[in-house]
Amino acid sequence: MAQLSDTLLIAAVVTYVAAMLGYLVEFAFGTRGAVARVVARPARQLAAVGAPTAGTSPTAPVSPAAGSPVQPGRAVAPREGSPGRAGIAGLIGVGLTVVALGLHSGVLVTRGLAAHRVPWGNMYEFVVTLTAVFAAGWLVLLATRPALRPLGLFVTFAQALLLGFAGLVLTTPAAPLQPALQSYWLKIHVTAAATASGLLLLAFVPAALFLIRAGYDAGKRRFPYPLGRRLPAGEALERLTFRLHAFAFPIWTLAIICGAIWAESAWGRYWGWDPKETWSFVSWVAYAAYLHARATPSVKRTTATWFAAAAWGTMLINLYVINFVAVGLHSYAGVQ
Amino acid sequence: MTTTQRVERASGAPDTDKSAFGVRSARAFWRWLTSMRTALVLLLVLAVAAVPGSVWPQRNVSAERVTRYYTDHPSLAPLLDRFWFFDVYASPWFSAVYLLLFVSLVGCLVPRLRQHAQNLVKPPPQAPVRLDRLPHSARRWMPDDAATAAQTVRSALRGRRWRTTVRAQQDGAVTVAAEKGYLKESGNLLFHFALLAVLFGVAWGSWYGWHANRLVVAGDEFCDTTQQYDEYGLGARTVAEDLPPFCVTVQDFTATYLDTGEPSQYTAHISYVEHPGAAARGWTLRVNDPLRLSDANVYLLGHGYAPVLRYTDRYGKVFTTVVPFLPTDGMLTSEGVAKFPYANVAPGGGQAQAPAQVGFSGVYQPTVNPDPAQPKSIFPDERDPALTLRAWEGDLGLGNGAPQSVYELDSRQIALGLLNDVGTHTLRPGQSWALPDGSTVEFLGTKPWITVAVRYDPGEKLVLAGAACLLIGLMISLSGKRRRIWARISPADGGGSLITIGGLARTDHPGFGDEFAGVVRLAGGDPPAQDQEPAPVGTSERGR
Ligand code: HEM
Repeated sequence: MAQLSDTLLIAAVVTYVAAMLGYLVEFAFGTRGAVARVVARPARQLAAVGAPTAGTSPTAPVSPAAGSPVQPGRAVAPREGSPGRAGIAGLIGVGLTVVALGLHSGVLVTRGLAAHRVPWGNMYEFVVTLTAVFAAGWLVLLATRPALRPLGLFVTFAQALLLGFAGLVLTTPAAPLQPALQSYWLKIHVTAAATASGLLLLAFVPAALFLIRAGYDAGKRRFPYPLGRRLPAGEALERLTFRLHAFAFPIWTLAIICGAIWAESAWGRYWGWDPKETWSFVSWVAYAAYLHARATPSVKRTTATWFAAAAWGTMLINLYVINFVAVGLHSYAGVQ
Repeated sequence: MTTTQRVERASGAPDTDKSAFGVRSARAFWRWLTSMRTALVLLLVLAVAAVPGSVWPQRNVSAERVTRYYTDHPSLAPLLDRFWFFDVYASPWFSAVYLLLFVSLVGCLVPRLRQHAQNLVKPPPQAPVRLDRLPHSARRWMPDDAATAAQTVRSALRGRRWRTTVRAQQDGAVTVAAEKGYLKESGNLLFHFALLAVLFGVAWGSWYGWHANRLVVAGDEFCDTTQQYDEYGLGARTVAEDLPPFCVTVQDFTATYLDTGEPSQYTAHISYVEHPGAAARGWTLRVNDPLRLSDANVYLLGHGYAPVLRYTDRYGKVFTTVVPFLPTDGMLTSEGVAKFPYANVAPGGGQAQAPAQVGFSGVYQPTVNPDPAQPKSIFPDERDPALTLRAWEGDLGLGNGAPQSVYELDSRQIALGLLNDVGTHTLRPGQSWALPDGSTVEFLGTKPWITVAVRYDPGEKLVLAGAACLLIGLMISLSGKRRRIWARISPADGGGSLITIGGLARTDHPGFGDEFAGVVRLAGGDPPAQDQEPAPVGTSERGR
């Protein structure tokens, strides 16, 4: 079983890379216009409701940009035609992502069967779970917003990187859990943490792309800003960034709370500033700062999004640096 | 109307010329402190300020590592210590950041709460003049007169739990104003107040709580007094007498391991008496299963082996001692010492003779490594135990007043030649070793020991409740959507009334278009005759 699990991991990584190529073709050769148009549905709000409105006659359309009533169906029509050759590559990318996620889930299932427990008891399993959530989240997102498809390039790229690293460096043999980890709070805590991390990773993708796009729009041309030319409009990316963070942040909060409850029963204190706890706190505050910044009218959206990107940086530090470097009570990583 | 106004609010009354400079600058400071921008900066500073605690060892986490850091970095450590880098979370600068943040929070929340309470009782605001300019709008015609039509629209909205007000306008029109999503602000306030509750719970726990730990060998008893603990810490408002008078006896301890040597379960059977005179009760202590008493909890933290040694000195006097050894690795290779300061004292009380105290330093391997060059246990359970002892004779140095570790011999005495190595020997349980001076030491076996932590934190429940409210508030706030719908109903030229409905989502709300269309449908009526386009519901896709 354990061996099968490892084989499935390799298959999953290879399939993600293949999917990445599909998305890459679409990203590079697809018609940007179609992508940008649908994703970037204008999202203007009227600045002030009570603004003086005298002048125009009641029946005249307000302004073409703000859009007078549009018949349903017309707005989306241009996209529906033929996907084009690049679009087919993108669809293949999606198909391969689905296959890869299937294999990826297989890794977890077989692992769980091999170890007779939920398959997230050490760092390797944590990363495999987190990335599965990431891929699943991406597919769900894609189902509701098909126009995002070319961004799959970045999703599968991150995916292949993280999973490949997990397979090469982090692997640990399947084994039952240490006594401190035998608690149902562990299951909730780690499940929530992996889910939140996967979703926050997914949220990082539009955040980074928005920053690239905004940089491109501001005239920056050094790498990676030229990528921005092919990206959806900044506003749509920014909005997506916020919604994903708003969804993931409470889950991250839940993860920390359950971790504290677990710590209380295992170690006698709900919070002890052990390095892992410290960095969870740092990440939580950083994400809170992002949400806060976004709700602050005087803070620019780009500035706020930089906070989100930095917050993801703290998550990475917690996952990769702290597990290896710091000595803590989290007898978790299982990496020597 | 916009968030700016609510959040970055100017404080109270306008400054007058008479107001002193001090008052004015205090006000300015307060305004600065309670602004969202400042809160943001403070949040970032808080995140950064927490980082050093994971870079340098912390006294509250591991005092030994701080001591080790001192020996490894003798010049840097005092400097770091001066700036509290070993006590980051108790440092003045860390405290300053979070206290400022929470002052800012209170300063921001109180007015927001007041405003929100007012909004909750105030009717929804007046309709703007041009409803067809709102992001969502529709026009309808109804055969009824304006007042009746307004009631129809209103009941449609109320049916969907909108808060509504009907107003008669001066030009003869009737307007319906409706608002929904007040819960968002309520959730947001709940979240921020819950943050305060959590902070307060933490502070309460640190004032009125206490913690202690000690090592207990199986078979031993300890009682909850500070004298009996190896280490303890009392909260700022707690004294030793506050500790509840319970006693705990550790009956036995078992650990089970996987074949790889990783532990799979620790179990300690204990009995306890809650207060003198109470009946003794049993409990099975496990890692995630503390003993919860009314005013303290007892946790199982660690475990190890305590070799039992019987030393018979050269005059035939027998000493038996149980010495807990400390594990040095995952396979429980353990180290410790046994000291016999009263050994080899001539029965007659011969004063002149040089001290012949005896000490042993030992390494215990629960499963001995077959390679004698590698004295490291290969399995944590006692499959093939062996104790390697090095015997020392001379002056243990216990009389010189300096406190000594019970796990080490005094290295100064050895360096001074006052305590001398007299040989090494490996013993199996039951074996004994005759020392050159005619005394013998016998290794009787081991007893398990456990370390327990005893803690009392009265703030815990508040913190938990606060955390739960925080999460609930956060979810409500992040998913809540404030939105408004207005309808203006005016008598139509050819009889009946003309209704213009407009909707505005005040926060990102992708589903508002559908919701708006639903409300319009529910309100009823027909598209007015003069509209060329028979569009059923004019909703541009802007909410997405
Ligand atoms: C103590 C640390 C604080 C944390 C962790 C924190 C966290 C957050 C988070 C995560 C949000 C986003 C949730 C949402 O939009 O519903 C938020 C929103 C907000 N916070 Fe804070 N906050 C803190 C302090 C403050 C302070 C000091 C103020 C006042 C100056 C404040 C005022 C607000 C406001 C007005 C919003 C936005 C409400 C809206 O979206 O309409 N917060 N905060």
